[in-house]
Amino acid sequence: MRWQAFRELLLDRLRQFHREPEVIFWVYLFPLLLIAGLGVAFSEDGPKPVLVRVVADSPERTAELARQLASPEIETETAGLDQLDRAGMGGRWDLTIVARDGGVEYRLDPQQPESRLARELADRALQQSQGRVDPVSTTTVAEVRPGSRYIDWVIPGLLGLNILGSSMWGVGFTLVDLRIRKVLKRLSATPMRHGDFLLALLASRMLFLALEVVAILAFGRLVFHMPIVGDPLSIAGLCFLGACSFSAISLLTGARADKLETVTGLMNAIQVPMWIASGVFFSADRFPPVVQPLIQLLPLTQLNNGLRAILLEGHNLLDEAAAVGVLSAWGIVCFAAALRLFRWQ
Amino acid sequence: MDSPALLCESLVKVYPPDVRAVDGLDLEVPRGECFGLLGPNGAGKTTTVEICEGLLEPTSGRVEILGRRWADAGRALRLRIGVSLQETRLPEKASALETARLFRSFYDDGLEPLEVLREVGLESKADAWVGKLSGGQKRRLEIACALVGRPELLFLDEPTTGLDPQARRQLWEVIRRLRAEGRTVLLTTHYMDEAEQLCDRVAIIDKGRVIALGSPEELIGALGGDRVLEVVLDGPAPPPDESFWRERVQDVCEARVDGDRALLSVNRPHIAIPSLLEAIAAAGRSLEDLKTRHATLEDVFLKLTGRTLEGESR
Ligand SMILES: Nc1ncnc2c1ncn2[C@@H]1O[C@H](COP(=O)(O)OP(=O)(O)OP(=O)(O)O)[C@@H](O)[C@H]1O
Ligand SMILES: [Mg+2]
Repeated sequence: MRWQAFRELLLDRLRQFHREPEVIFWVYLFPLLLIAGLGVAFSEDGPKPVLVRVVADSPERTAELARQLASPEIETETAGLDQLDRAGMGGRWDLTIVARDGGVEYRLDPQQPESRLARELADRALQQSQGRVDPVSTTTVAEVRPGSRYIDWVIPGLLGLNILGSSMWGVGFTLVDLRIRKVLKRLSATPMRHGDFLLALLASRMLFLALEVVAILAFGRLVFHMPIVGDPLSIAGLCFLGACSFSAISLLTGARADKLETVTGLMNAIQVPMWIASGVFFSADRFPPVVQPLIQLLPLTQLNNGLRAILLEGHNLLDEAAAVGVLSAWGIVCFAAALRLFRWQ
Repeated sequence: MDSPALLCESLVKVYPPDVRAVDGLDLEVPRGECFGLLGPNGAGKTTTVEICEGLLEPTSGRVEILGRRWADAGRALRLRIGVSLQETRLPEKASALETARLFRSFYDDGLEPLEVLREVGLESKADAWVGKLSGGQKRRLEIACALVGRPELLFLDEPTTGLDPQARRQLWEVIRRLRAEGRTVLLTTHYMDEAEQLCDRVAIIDKGRVIALGSPEELIGALGGDRVLEVVLDGPAPPPDESFWRERVQDVCEARVDGDRALLSVNRPHIAIPSLLEAIAAAGRSLEDLKTRHATLEDVFLKLTGRTLEGESR
């Protein structure tokens, strides 16, 4: 009897959500499409050879150089001296080799790691073809680390992104919509306990969260063979904590706003910086060291770091104290502030 | 049981910067009464009702509901009242029955959800989504949600606005039944006939104040005549002014000119009408139209303010 109201409120939230086909698309299908797109764009079939452009004053000389360079790791294309400067920078090749009297000249952009690699490979091939003998004999054994591909790295980031997005929409936007429709006002005219309402809203979030997480991880596992080495409890725990934290932030966003424009603007102002800085599509380490402390305080950064450590490296939740701490702090502070500011009408 | 169902004392509500929506309003509604608040748009009806419902804080003044104050007995009071707001848009993706069940779950004691839908004539739409109901059906669902906790005191803000005549009469029946069970109803309305049919007493509100209070019969009786003659004269010239009618026509207690119409309150039309025709002929005018009808609360408002209820309060 005591939980009757909570149950009905929860059922109502679930109905309002799953009877909205657009929501299903944006929450479930869209992230999967995004993963599929990224997976296709960045999937690699074995290591790619470097591309070297060979330039000499006669076709015989270019052909000879190309023959000396021949190896599975090097792909060559030839060009005449007249084309050397016209093509300028920005070509597809990693390295240009220009034949000079008594030797060759390497032309490359030293900023590009691929170019530096191409120079080393080409240099070794040329020297060895002319009889250089290396003093140490070496062999190479391929040892592929699971989880090192871009797709493995990006799926946990997209999972974090999705938890952020669906919590923001599911809580803040919903609240403002109910406030505009005067449903919050109508409910507050009943004996409904306010706690039951908020609890039902959060509980409905968590149920949908479980579906989202399972859908994304299963998709990554089945379609892209992403390794999932962490234990399920830690994965679930961190996702739950992240969703609680973002729901609290979202509750605060929607605590007072009475226009959809206001809440949408606030939500974007919160989400967009994290999409960029929190290491979703590229590593957060790329930002300069001065802003790192700030970036590390963003909840999505911590959620993504934690998810990657747990999913790909097999850490457990207790190893991820920084993530747990930062997410909890955001959650508690925002929840407390939201309760103080909350307006039913 | 001796405390009134509703008591307001010198209620004031000021919206910033200086809209005095309610301006020193006193009301006392005994238990078991059906009480109507009547007034033009912007008179302060909704504001008054929402203060009584504990949804708005008054700027000053005192409210007691069923003998208790909102500050002392919030949830305990909410269990005993039912509310239908002037404007709510219930979530659209739940059926009427699911919505009624949701509201039922907030109360310890109440009606069966299906029963309450039947009460407002919505049982055939029980499984239809709220978003697919017509405007009047949505209104009835909101009333159902107000009834579902079997409230001792029911607040209905414009319950029949947008309903067809049949649905209105059906709702009147519901309200009469509630009153017969000893429950108290406070409603606001723009319909004179509704107030006259349904309410034991009405308060006419204008600019945030009560300007008349009493049973509909008393208020109409106080006009001095319970029949009204509506006179329209031929030709472009406006009708003569009020003193003409009062002095030249017999049995006229009250005369008002409203545009090209003259409205005369009389008690005995069979005496008033012949003398009216004489007076018009003597003045060299002729009659275009003459109607007689019963006086309504509309005439009461017109007499008190010189304006019609359809206008704006301010
Ligand atoms: N939130 C608000 N902020 C400022 N002014 C308000 C607000 N709500 C109402 N008012 C003003 O208070 C006055 C009374 O409004 P109220 O809604 O009580 O009128 P009402 O009698 O219910 O009118 P109606 O018949 O149109 O429903 C109006 O002048 C209105 O403009
Ligand atoms: Mg109103």
